[in-house]
Amino acid sequence: MSYQLPKFRHPELPVNDLGYTKAEYEGAISTLCAGCGHDSISGAIVRACHELSIEPHKIAKLSGIGCSSKTPTYFLGNSHGFNSVHGRMPSVVTGAALANRDLLYMGISGDGDTASIGMGQFAHVARRNLNMVYIIMNNGCYGLTKGQDSATADRGSASKKGDPNIYSSIDLCGTALQMGATFIGRSFSGDKEQLVPLIKAAMSHRGFALIDVISPCVTFNNNLASTKSYEFVREHSEATGTIDFVPMHKEITTEYEPGSSHEVTLHDGSSIHLYKVDDSFDPFNRGSAMGALEEHRNAGNILTGLIYMNKDSRDLHEVIETSQRPLNELEEVDLCPGNKMLVNINASLR
Amino acid sequence: MKSIKSVNDFVIKFANVNGTGSASANSLFAKAIFRMGVPVSPKNIFPSNIQGLPTWYEVRVSDKGYLGRRGGVDIALSVNPQSMADDIREVEPGGYFIYDNTKPLDLRNHRNDITIIGLPLTRICNKEYDDPRQRQLFKNVIYVGALAALLDIDFKVLTGLVEDQFKGKKNLVLPNIHALELGHQYARANVECPIGIRVEHSDMVGDKILLDGNEALGLGALYGGATVAAWYPITPSTSVVDAFEKYAKRVRIDPGTGRRNYAIVQGEDELAAIGMAIGASWNGSRAFTATSGPGVSLMSEFLGLAYFAEIPTVLFNVQRAGPSTGMPTRTQQSDVLACAYASHGDTKQVLLFPSTPKECFDFGAQAFDLAERLQTPIILMSDLDLGMNDNMSEPLSWDDDRKYDRGKVMTEEELEAGTEFGRYLDVDGDAICYRTYPGTHPTRGSFFTRGTSRNEYAVYSENGEDYEANMLRLLRKWDTINEHVPAPVIVDCGRETDTAVLYFGTSEESSREALDYLAEDGIFMNAMRVRAFPFNSEVQQFIESHAQVFVIEQNRDAQLRTLLMAEFEFGPDILKSVLCFDGTPISARNIRKQIKKHLNGDNVLPLHRKASLSGVEEIL
Ligand SMILES: Cc1ncc(C[n+]2csc(CCOP(=O)(O)OP(=O)(O)O)c2C)c(N)n1
Ligand code: SF4
Ligand SMILES: [Mg+2]
Repeated sequence: MSYQLPKFRHPELPVNDLGYTKAEYEGAISTLCAGCGHDSISGAIVRACHELSIEPHKIAKLSGIGCSSKTPTYFLGNSHGFNSVHGRMPSVVTGAALANRDLLYMGISGDGDTASIGMGQFAHVARRNLNMVYIIMNNGCYGLTKGQDSATADRGSASKKGDPNIYSSIDLCGTALQMGATFIGRSFSGDKEQLVPLIKAAMSHRGFALIDVISPCVTFNNNLASTKSYEFVREHSEATGTIDFVPMHKEITTEYEPGSSHEVTLHDGSSIHLYKVDDSFDPFNRGSAMGALEEHRNAGNILTGLIYMNKDSRDLHEVIETSQRPLNELEEVDLCPGNKMLVNINASLR
Repeated sequence: MKSIKSVNDFVIKFANVNGTGSASANSLFAKAIFRMGVPVSPKNIFPSNIQGLPTWYEVRVSDKGYLGRRGGVDIALSVNPQSMADDIREVEPGGYFIYDNTKPLDLRNHRNDITIIGLPLTRICNKEYDDPRQRQLFKNVIYVGALAALLDIDFKVLTGLVEDQFKGKKNLVLPNIHALELGHQYARANVECPIGIRVEHSDMVGDKILLDGNEALGLGALYGGATVAAWYPITPSTSVVDAFEKYAKRVRIDPGTGRRNYAIVQGEDELAAIGMAIGASWNGSRAFTATSGPGVSLMSEFLGLAYFAEIPTVLFNVQRAGPSTGMPTRTQQSDVLACAYASHGDTKQVLLFPSTPKECFDFGAQAFDLAERLQTPIILMSDLDLGMNDNMSEPLSWDDDRKYDRGKVMTEEELEAGTEFGRYLDVDGDAICYRTYPGTHPTRGSFFTRGTSRNEYAVYSENGEDYEANMLRLLRKWDTINEHVPAPVIVDCGRETDTAVLYFGTSEESSREALDYLAEDGIFMNAMRVRAFPFNSEVQQFIESHAQVFVIEQNRDAQLRTLLMAEFEFGPDILKSVLCFDGTPISARNIRKQIKKHLNGDNVLPLHRKASLSGVEEIL
C-alpha cells in the first residue's frame, strides 16, 4: 500500500521559476527495499524536473513491469502515469506521443523489462527516434521476481544466489546506438552529480534519449561477486567527462576555460557544457562512441556520462510530418470529410 | 441432355492462375452485370501465394438479390490447366464449361451432361501480341469479351466501364476495348450465342454500390475521427489501413502547413500495434489497429489491460481460417470466443458483427464513439469474405450534424471548479467513470493507470475488497454496454412457427436464401441476426420464444452458440448448430441441407462425417 505524502510547504523551501517547491514533483512514499538504487534515480528525476522548472502536469510517465517500473508512483505525483505491461512500455509511449506531441514523455524500465521481454520494442522505439526520455534502472537482475539473472548481467558475475552467469551480457547503450538512438548516456544511481544533468540534457533533446543507469538491487544483487553492486560500480566507473547543463533562460555565469570544454546547444535552446577526459573521444560521432564502449567493456570498466548525441536529430513527428497541433486536439471539422465526399465515393462504386 | 436455361440467375466460376492479372478482368465482368442493374456477388478464392497457384473467382448473379454463395457452379470458365479436372467436375449437370482449347481437352475430363465450349484464347493472343506480358494480360480481357457474347451482356456497358476505369488514359482504353472485341467477335462467329444462360437489363440494383468491407472500414475509421493507426501487416486485414491511408492522404492534410492530421505507424508486431493504439487512446486521440486471428492472439495481454484499466481501444479483426500459413486467405468466423473473452483474468470484450460494407462503415465509425463512451476495447469482427470481396451494399452516408461522443472526460474547467475526481469512482450509477487526459490541470485530475488493482481514486491497492468492488462495477458496466451496442435484426416469417435461425456477419445472405428455399418446402422459420456482444435481452427473448433455434456460423466449434449458452444458460436441446469451416463462405444449399437433416431427425452423425458434410461439396 502506498500513499501520498502530506504536503507541508515550508516557507523557506526553495521554489523554482514556476513557484513550485521540490515537493510538488515528488510522488507517493516508495515501497521499494531500503537502499534500492531505483529510489535514488527517482530522486534524481524529481530534482531534474524541479530545477528545470517543467510544469509537472506536462510530463507523462510510463513504465513496464518490475520494481523499476513501479517507481513512477514515487515521483511526479501531479503527472499522469501509466504502469503498462511487461516489456511493452515503448509502444504505449509511442501511441501517447503520437496523440499529443506537446507533453514530455518519461519512460521507465528495468533491464529485464528492456533487454529481454521488451528487446523488440526497445529496438524499434530507438529506431523510430521517438521524442522521449527512456531511463533503464539497470540492476542486472529481475528484482520483482526475486533475483534471477537478467540479460545485462555480465558473464561471470554472480548474484546472491551464487551461481556465476554463463551468458554474455547485452550492453543496452551499444544496442541503442546500433538501433538509431540519438542521445545515449550512462550513469550510476549513486552519482547524482552526473545523473541529474544527464537527465536534464535528455529531457531537452528532441528524439530518443536513453539513459542506462546502473542501479544496484540491494536485496538480490549487491554482493561481492556481482558486477552491478555499489562497490563494484564505484570502483570500475570511468566517465567520458563531466557535463554541465545550462537551461535556455539561465545566463551563463561560470567562466569556462577555452579549449577545455565543448558547448552544445540543444533543441529547446538550452546547452550542455562537456568536459572531456579523453581528447580522442567524440560523443558526436557514432563510430567513436561505439569504439569507446567496446574499449571500456574489454577493459572491464563501465563507461559513464554522455556517450553519444546526434545534434541533427529528427524525431518521429518530423519524419512522418504530423501536424504541429496535437492530434488529440483535432475536432470534427479537422477530421471528418462530411457526406459530400461519400456521395462522390458512392458514385465511383456503381 | 437438358441444358440449364436461366435469365439473370446463375453462378459462374473463373479458374485462373494467381498473379496473371485475372482479378481486374474478372471484376470487369462482375461490374458490367452490376451496371446492367442485376445484383451480383463476386467472391475471390485465392491461395496464400503471390504467383503461380490456382485461384478462383466465383460470381453469383441473382435478380432476386441473393448475395450469398448459393452452392454449385452453372458455368465454369477455366484458363488454368492445373485445376481443370476439378473445375469441370464441379459444373452442375446441364451447365457449361468454357476453356482455352488452344490445347485440346484431356479426354478423361470430358463430360456428356454439360455443354463444353472451347475458345482458342492463347492462339488469339499469340497471333495478336508479341509481348509475353500483353499476351497474358489481354487473354483475360479477351475471355470477358467472349463471355459478353455468350451471355448476351450489353457490350456498350463493358466498353463504358473500361473508359471509366482508365479515365483519360487513351493508350489503355483502346487496347482493352480492342481485346474485348477480339473475344466478342470470335464467340459470335464460332459459337451459338447466347447460350441458355443470359443476362438482361434489370432494375434490381437501385442506388447500391459495390465495395469491399475493408475499404468501408478504413473509411469508417476516417469518418469516425481516428487520428492514430498502428498495425502490422496480415492478410486479410491489411487493406483496412491501406484504405485509411489512401483517404487520409486526400482529406487530412492541413491546408496551411501541408502537415498531416493523422499518424500511421507500422509496428514491429501486433503487440506494439495495440500498445500504440492504447497509448494514443489513453492520451485522448481516437486510435485503432487492424489485424486477424494470429494478431489477436498476440494482442491478448494488452486487451486484458485495456479492459481492466478501462482504456478505449478499437480493434478491427478481419477473421480468416486457421493459424500460420495454409488457410490464411480463406474465410471463417472462428475468433468469436478468442475475442469475446480475450485475455487473462475475468474479461468480457465488446464485439460488433457487421454483415455488409455499409455496416462496416457505420460500425467502424461507431466503434470510436462506443470505445470512448464505454471506456473499453471494442472489437469489430469482420471476415475475409466481407473484407476482401466486393459486396453489393447500401450506399455510404454521413449525417453532417453528427458530433463525436467523446464519453466522460473531465475538463480543466471542471477540475478548476473543484469537481471531485476519482478515476474509478462511479458518480452517476452507470458504472462508467470520468477520466482525464494527461496534461489537463497543473495540480488536479492526474491519476495513475495500472493493470494492478487500485481503489476508486486510482491509488494502488492490494486489498481484496477494492479488487472485488471494481470487478463488480465492471459487471454493472457490462449492463450499461448492453444498452449501447447495436440491437439484433429480427426477420419474422409471418407464420406460426416454433423454429428459428440465428446468424451473424457474413452468414446473413446465404441464411436468408436458405430460409426461402425451406419456405418453398413448407418449412417456415423466423430469423435473427445478432449484431453485437453483449447480447441484449431481445436475443434472449427471441431464443426463449422458440422451441429450436439453429445457430448458423462459419467455424467448427459452434463458437457463437457456445457464447449464447454461456451467457444465457440455454441448453443443446434448444440451440442447434449449422456450421461451415472449409474456408469458403457458407452456402445457402449447405444451410438448407443441414437444417433439413436436423428436422428429419437424422442429425446424429459421427463427427468426422458431420465435418465433411459441412464442406464445399454440395449434395442436392
Ligand atoms: C508477461 C509477463 N511475464 C512475466 C512477468 C513477471 N515479471 C514481473 S517483473 C519481472 C522482471 C522485472 O525485471 P526488471 O525489468 O529488471 O525490473 P527490476 O524488478 O529488476 O527493477 C517479471 C519477469 C510479468 N509481469 N508479465
Ligand atoms: S528487490 Fe531489488 S530492485 Fe526490487 S526493490 Fe528490492 S532492492 Fe530494489
Ligand atoms: Mg532489473
